[in-house]
Amino acid sequence: MTRIRTTVDGVRYEDEVEPRLLLVHYLRDRLGRTGTPVGCDTSNCGACTVHLNGSAVRSCTVLAVQADGAEVTTIQGLASNGEWHPVQKAFHERHALQCGYCTPGMIMAAVDLLKDNPTPSEDEVREGLEGNLCRCTGYQNIVDAVLQASGQKEGVSP
Amino acid sequence: MSEIDPGAVALEAADQISQPAAEREVGRRRLRKEDARLVTGQTNWTDNIQFPGMVHMAVLRSPMAHARITRIDVSAALERPGVLAAYSGRDLADEQGALPCAWPVTPDMKHPNHPPLAVDEVRYVGDGVAVVVARDRYAAADALDAIEVDYEPLPAVVDMERALKDEVLVHSELGTNRCFTWPFAGGDYDAAKAKADVVVTRRFLQQRLIPTAMEPRSVVVAPIAAAGEYTVYSATQIPHILRLMLAMVTGTPEHKIRVIAPDVGGGFGSKLNVYAEEVLALVVAKRLGQPVKWTETRSEGYQATIHGRDQIQDIEVAAKSDGTLLGLKVDLMADMGAYLQLVTPGVPLLGAFMFNAIYKMEGYSFTCHGVFTTKTPTDAYRGAGRPEATFAVERIMDELAAELGMDPMELRRKNWIQHDEFPYTTIAGLTYDSGNYEAATAKAMELFDYDGLRREQEKRRADNDPVQLGIGISTFTEMCGLAPSRVLGSLSYGAGGWEAAAIRMLPTGKVEVVTGTAPHGQGHVTAWSQIAADALGVPFEDVEVIHSDTRAAPQGMDTYGSRSLVVGGVAVHLACQKVLDKAKRVAAHLLEASEGDVEFAGGSFTVKGSPDAKLSIQEVALATFASHNFPEGMEPTLNSDYVMDPENFSFPHGTHLCATEVDTETGFVKIRKYVAVDDVGKVINPIIVEGQVHGGLAQGIAQALYEEALYDADGNLTTGTLVDYYVPTAADLPRFTTDRTETPATSNPLGVKGVGEAGTIASTPAVVNAVVDALRPRGVVDVPMPCSPEHVWRALQQGGAK
Repeated sequence: MTRIRTTVDGVRYEDEVEPRLLLVHYLRDRLGRTGTPVGCDTSNCGACTVHLNGSAVRSCTVLAVQADGAEVTTIQGLASNGEWHPVQKAFHERHALQCGYCTPGMIMAAVDLLKDNPTPSEDEVREGLEGNLCRCTGYQNIVDAVLQASGQKEGVSP
Repeated sequence: MSEIDPGAVALEAADQISQPAAEREVGRRRLRKEDARLVTGQTNWTDNIQFPGMVHMAVLRSPMAHARITRIDVSAALERPGVLAAYSGRDLADEQGALPCAWPVTPDMKHPNHPPLAVDEVRYVGDGVAVVVARDRYAAADALDAIEVDYEPLPAVVDMERALKDEVLVHSELGTNRCFTWPFAGGDYDAAKAKADVVVTRRFLQQRLIPTAMEPRSVVVAPIAAAGEYTVYSATQIPHILRLMLAMVTGTPEHKIRVIAPDVGGGFGSKLNVYAEEVLALVVAKRLGQPVKWTETRSEGYQATIHGRDQIQDIEVAAKSDGTLLGLKVDLMADMGAYLQLVTPGVPLLGAFMFNAIYKMEGYSFTCHGVFTTKTPTDAYRGAGRPEATFAVERIMDELAAELGMDPMELRRKNWIQHDEFPYTTIAGLTYDSGNYEAATAKAMELFDYDGLRREQEKRRADNDPVQLGIGISTFTEMCGLAPSRVLGSLSYGAGGWEAAAIRMLPTGKVEVVTGTAPHGQGHVTAWSQIAADALGVPFEDVEVIHSDTRAAPQGMDTYGSRSLVVGGVAVHLACQKVLDKAKRVAAHLLEASEGDVEFAGGSFTVKGSPDAKLSIQEVALATFASHNFPEGMEPTLNSDYVMDPENFSFPHGTHLCATEVDTETGFVKIRKYVAVDDVGKVINPIIVEGQVHGGLAQGIAQALYEEALYDADGNLTTGTLVDYYVPTAADLPRFTTDRTETPATSNPLGVKGVGEAGTIASTPAVVNAVVDALRPRGVVDVPMPCSPEHVWRALQQGGAK
C-alpha cells in the first residue's frame, strides 16, 4: 500500500492505495466520483478523460499513485459556482450527446483542446478529439459544440 | 398518523399550477431534458452503483474455441484474499437454467441447450466456465488465475460453408450445424426469370461486426434474501423482458424480481438480450445473500456480448433489357455463432421482407440457412436484418445498371413504387402505407449536385486521375415499429409487439408519463414530454417521464427496432386522450354542462355558448384530487393507461447519396460528400431526428469502410480489443448534409415512422456503391467490406476478374 495525497474537484484526499490501482478506479470506487466512466481497457476510447494538473489524461492509463500530489479535475468539478462550463453548455445546446457515456471524457478533452488552441478549425477539432470515441452522434454535433464553445459558431435557440 | 386536510393540500397545490403552453410542442427543436445530468457527470450507470457489502463477480472464460472440459477445480481461488466464493458450471448446474431464445423460427429449428456457464464443453472463445466472487474487482480478477481447468481440444469451425458440411459439429448432440432453413416466396421467381433479358448474380459478404456501445455491460443484483426479493440493475435495453426471462430461467417468481435499467450508455441491439452474467449474478446473489456486481471489461465484452451481421448473400436479379425488374432471388447463410441468444435466428429473417425494398417485381424467392459456428453468438445489431437486405438490393441495382448501361438512379426510378401507388402491397406481402420516393430523391439530387459530380467523375476518368471519384446511391426503405403482435405470432416470435403508456395527473396539474420503452440515448424523456404537452395542453416543463423500472413502469416491451416512438410514443398520445375523456366528464360536472357541450382546446375545457365557463386541465386535475361532490359513479382520477398494438409496420424511406474519392495507388477511400434525405414521417423533435440520422450514418459508414470482427482458423477473435477493432473517430467521418421530406404514416395518429436505424440501413450501400463506382472503369465490380485500403487495393489488382 502506498499513501497518496490528491485534490479532486477541489477536495483534498489522503488515502492508502495499492500501487496498481488505476486512477479511474480510485476516483470511482474509492472516492465515489462516478461521473468519470470507463469505456475500454486499452486506452482507446477516452471516456475516462480527466484533467491532471490542468491537462487531459486518460484516467485508466494513470495509476492512482502517479496522481500523488496532483490536482485532478473531473467532469463533476468542471462547473464553477453552479454555472456550467461553456463546453458543457455547448454540448447541451448543439445536441452533442445521446447516451452520454462518452460525454464526460469528450467534454474534458474538448476543454483541453480549446486551452491549447482557442480557435480551432473544424479539421483541428476532429483531429484533436481523435482519441475520444462516440458511438451515438457521428461526431458532427460534437464538433459543432466545440466550435460554438470557441465562439466560432452561433448557438441554437430552442 | 396526523390528519391531512385535503383542502389545505389542494390550496398549496394550486399555487404550483403553471399556465398552459402557448405553442405546439410537436415539431419543436426542444433541447433535451436528459442532458443536465449527462454533461455534469451526475449519472447513474449500473457500474456506479455501490451497496454496503457488495461483492464483485468475475467470469473465467474459455481460451479455446471448442473443447471438452475434463477437469475444473476452483478450490485454489478460494484461498486468495478477499474471495468469498467460486463456482464452476457444474457447481451451478441445478440453478443456472438455460439462456433463452424467444424466436424458434421453424418447428424443427435446432435449439441447443445454452447454460450460462459451460458444464461439459466450451464452444467459443469467451464461453464462461467459472465465476469468482470477491470483495473488489481487482481481487476477483486476480483469483480467476487460480482456477484450474483442463481442456481436451476439439476442432473449431469458423467458416459457414465448411460448417454446413457437418464435418465438425459445434453441438454433436444435434447431429448438424444447420440451425434452420427458412424459405419464403412472393409471386413466381422462376417464371419471372424465364422472361428476363438480363440476369445478374453476385455474392456479397456481410462481415461480422461488434456493436460497441460505449458503456460496457454491467449488472448489479441486490437481494433481500430472507424475503426472496431481488432487485436487478442492468445495463439493458429490455428491463421488462429481462424480468420475465430471469423468472423463467431461474425459477424465481416474477413478482419477486424488480429490474431497473438505470442510465444506459447505448445499446444498438447489443443490450437487447438476456445474458449469462445477468443470470449468474442473480444465482450468486441468491446463494450469498449479498449484493453482487459484474462489469465487463471492453475486451471481455468483445467475446461475451453479441456480435452482429455475418451473412453470406447470394443474390440474383432478373430484368428486361429496358431495365424493368422482374425478380429477385436471395440465398442466405447467416452465422448464428455457437448458441442462440434471445432473437438470434430471427434477425436475418427480418430482412426477408426488405430485400425487394422499394421496387416492384413479379417474383421473389428467399431462403435463409442458419448456421452454427464456434464463434460468439450473433444477434440484433442496429437495423437487424434490414441493413443486410438493403445493402444487397442497393448493391445489385448498381450492378444491374452497369450491366444494362443505365444510370443507376434512372434504373431505380423506373422500378420504384410511385407516390400515387400507395398503399402498395409488395411482392413480400407487406403493405407500405405511404411514401414519396420521387420527392426525397429530387431533394437529395439537388443538395448533392448529382450532375456536377458526374461531370467531375467523367473528367477524372478521362484524365486518368490517380484519385478517382465515385458516386453511390441508396434509395432505401425499412420496416419500423416492431411490431403488430399478429405478425410476430405468424413468425413464431415468443411475445407481442405492443407498447404501454400510463398518464398520472398530479394534483398540481403536473404530469407523469409512464412509458414501457427503455431509452438509452434516444431522448424519450424529451420527446414523450412534447407529445404529452401537446395532447394535454400542459407546459413541456410540467411533464416528467418515468421509465425502465419494472416497479415504476410495470408494463413494457422496451426499446429496439425503431419501435419506441411509433408504438410507445403513440401509446403516450392515446393514453393522454383517455385522460381527456375522463377530464371532460369531470369538467362537465364542475361546469354544470352536458358532456356533449364541453370542448377541449389549448389546455382548457369550455362550454359551447358560454364563453365564461372555462376550466384549465390543471384545475380539473386538482378538483379531481379533492373529488368533493363528485356524483356517484364518477371515478376520482384522471389517470389513464393505454396499451397500443400497432396495426402495421411503418416504412421510413429516403435517398442517400455519397461521393467518394478513391486513391487508386494507396486504396484509401475518402468520403467527399454525403447527403441524406430521410422521410421519417411527422417529426416530434428535429434535433433528435438529426442526431439519430448522424449516428446511424456513422455506424453504416463504419461497416462500409472500417469495422470487421475477424477470427483465425482456430476460432480466436483476432480483433478482440478496441486497438484491433477500428471504431471510426471524428477525424474519419465527414460532415453530413441531412434534410427531410415529410410523408406522414397513415397507420398511426401521430403520422410518425421511426428513425433509430434509418441512417445505418441506408448508408452502407451508398458508400460501397460509391467506392465500386469509382473503380468500375478499372474492371472492379465489387469491393468486400470494409473497403479498407487493403481491400480496395486487392480489388484493383484483381480488376476485371468477375
